[in-house]
Amino acid sequence: MTGPAIILLLAGLGAIAWVSARARAMRLQTVARATGRRDAVHSLPGYHGWYVALWTLIPAVIFLAIWANVAPGLVTQSVLADPAAQSLPLDGFSRSAILGEARAIASGDQAGAFNPLSQGLVEPYRAALNKYGVAGGVLALVLAFAGGAYAFTRVRPDFRARTRVERLVMASLLIASLIAIVTTVGIVASLLWESFRFFSMVNPIDFLFGTKWSPQSAAMGYGNDDAFGAVPLFWGTIFIGAIIAMIVAIPLGLMSAIYLTQYASPTVRKWMKPTLEMLAGVPTVVYGYFAALTIAPALRDFAVMIGIHGASSESALAAGLVMGVMIIPFVSSMADDSIAAVPQSMRDGSLAMGATTSETIRKVLIPAALPGVVGGVLLAVSRAIGETMIVVMAAGLAANMTLNPFASVTTVTTQIVQLLTGDQEFDSAKTLAAFALGLVLFIVTLLLNIVALRVVKKYREAYE
Amino acid sequence: MTEEQTKLAIENPKMSARDVKVFYGDKQAIKGVSIDVGMDHVTAFIGPSGCGKSTFLRTLNRMNDTVASARVEGEITLDGENIYAASMDVVQLRARVGMVFQKPNPFPKSIYENIAYGPRIHGLAAGKADMDVIVEKSLRRAGLWEEVKDRLTESGTALSGGQQQRLCIGRAIAVEPEVILMDEPCSALDPIATAKIEELIHELRGRYAIVIVTHNMQQAARVSQRTAFFHLGDLVEYGVTSDIFTNPRQERTKDYITGRYG
Repeated sequence: MTGPAIILLLAGLGAIAWVSARARAMRLQTVARATGRRDAVHSLPGYHGWYVALWTLIPAVIFLAIWANVAPGLVTQSVLADPAAQSLPLDGFSRSAILGEARAIASGDQAGAFNPLSQGLVEPYRAALNKYGVAGGVLALVLAFAGGAYAFTRVRPDFRARTRVERLVMASLLIASLIAIVTTVGIVASLLWESFRFFSMVNPIDFLFGTKWSPQSAAMGYGNDDAFGAVPLFWGTIFIGAIIAMIVAIPLGLMSAIYLTQYASPTVRKWMKPTLEMLAGVPTVVYGYFAALTIAPALRDFAVMIGIHGASSESALAAGLVMGVMIIPFVSSMADDSIAAVPQSMRDGSLAMGATTSETIRKVLIPAALPGVVGGVLLAVSRAIGETMIVVMAAGLAANMTLNPFASVTTVTTQIVQLLTGDQEFDSAKTLAAFALGLVLFIVTLLLNIVALRVVKKYREAYE
Repeated sequence: MTEEQTKLAIENPKMSARDVKVFYGDKQAIKGVSIDVGMDHVTAFIGPSGCGKSTFLRTLNRMNDTVASARVEGEITLDGENIYAASMDVVQLRARVGMVFQKPNPFPKSIYENIAYGPRIHGLAAGKADMDVIVEKSLRRAGLWEEVKDRLTESGTALSGGQQQRLCIGRAIAVEPEVILMDEPCSALDPIATAKIEELIHELRGRYAIVIVTHNMQQAARVSQRTAFFHLGDLVEYGVTSDIFTNPRQERTKDYITGRYG
């Protein structure tokens, strides 16, 4: 029995369960109404329908999900028990290659065998697949029937089907949110685990405070531990994301927020705000090639013209400037929110004292909105240092510790990309270094986010 | 103006409005109001919610300018000078016509800085010592000095509601205004704080022309010498407070003060 057929059958059973349970509940309702009590049936017929339908479907679906994971193992076992499997090589790698090929032929994904050994296993495979497929389907249908029948017997006037269905709705919503949390925990766990492996090869102190970054030489075997000193990467990240980008984004974002909230007429605001927010919708890769192909060469030419040494065609300034532009809508919308959250009465109070609009902004609105703005800036920094595409394309790979914005620097995210692309052995220090870098980045952005949200929240409380 | 109202016209009015109409977009909120406000008495605006009394009050220092859809017609003068004339600087106007709002709105700054805010933006103090004098004088006049003199650096928002409102009055006084507009200044306060504000209004009377909007008729009777009754954007009746409350001429005024609607 094939998967789609079973699913169709189950859906049909569910529909039948819903209709029949609902019909039964309606009949009960009619009978109960005849006695004159309108609350004689606790739940509406629809809830009884759902209750029975869910009992029909959920156990069967859960069983199928488990079966899908268990069945392949059972199939392989029964194939190995077949006499034709006796001649298989004992070496695990070629063994599983042959088994895989046999399975592919048996299930029709592959036309012919390259290895004669697998040809002999096709038939046992086909038989086993068939056997367990049918068994699974039948078991699922039996479960569906059993569940449906059990639930159907419970359709009685005083049965609280509504409460049960509501509880299930709540449970499924809870599961949905748990999935996101569990995924996050899983990601963090894998980061921690791989980082731990890395730190068993490289001293954490050397990693966090070393100033020489050269993973290639370490991987080739002619470097030393110093090659994993990540300070140049941290510096590059901060230089681009927290310094240059913020020098662009903070004043521009803040000023545009002030203009939009305080000066712009409703018409101007109506088209300017969405246009500004469009910046946030531009894919970062587009910013990336804008930085790499337009800004960076122009900056290099400019640097050469004014006689700056060490100007590179990939520069911290190009990446930082473009990243700053990318962050503008972020800063501006956070600043917009916090300025708008300052009560109108505060603004009126200042204006009524004879303050001008700009005095009111400078002396009342900005100080009152400052915590919110600071929180927004911290969030923007955490976004900027995690940003990858722009720096990969425009910042370069040279791990320089320089204050010259026209020089090439590299960032944590750029190096992660570098370390994980290409043919690498997974358990080399070079590859694992990417996880350690990721962990550092994760911890820093997490802290920034926590602090920023705290600041924003505390400030919101002051006015509500 | 009716004949009776003409008789009420004050010699040397501080502010006078002639046929003032206010529109919010297409909706007319004030339908031709003429009134004189004198220096020697407290004038109360009373009327049911939405009658336009607060809107009219806000035209007196052009706070309606901050509402984009609002439009004002007619003439309002301060010492004979039209405040809606192009030559009128709204910053100067608001320094002369101060305002206290419904909800206390101290700035999130220290008590001292709240008072110093106005004098500072208008350049009224020559130095720190001068500013200290202004702050103390304003807080004394607002009846708050004794309560806060030892904690001037604390935040204005940390004061109680009644103290905050007196701080706002002190803040308005600090720029030496000629007129003080109060928009339901006690509606967010408890009875004791309200009594203190009313007492303060008595003390300030004569030094400033005071206009107070209130929905509390007893308060109007207690603090004011002139009362104007607004209804649906009209100035229905304006007269000596005791006359309005004991002997209203208009049916609508009578209905309102006897509590038939409102």
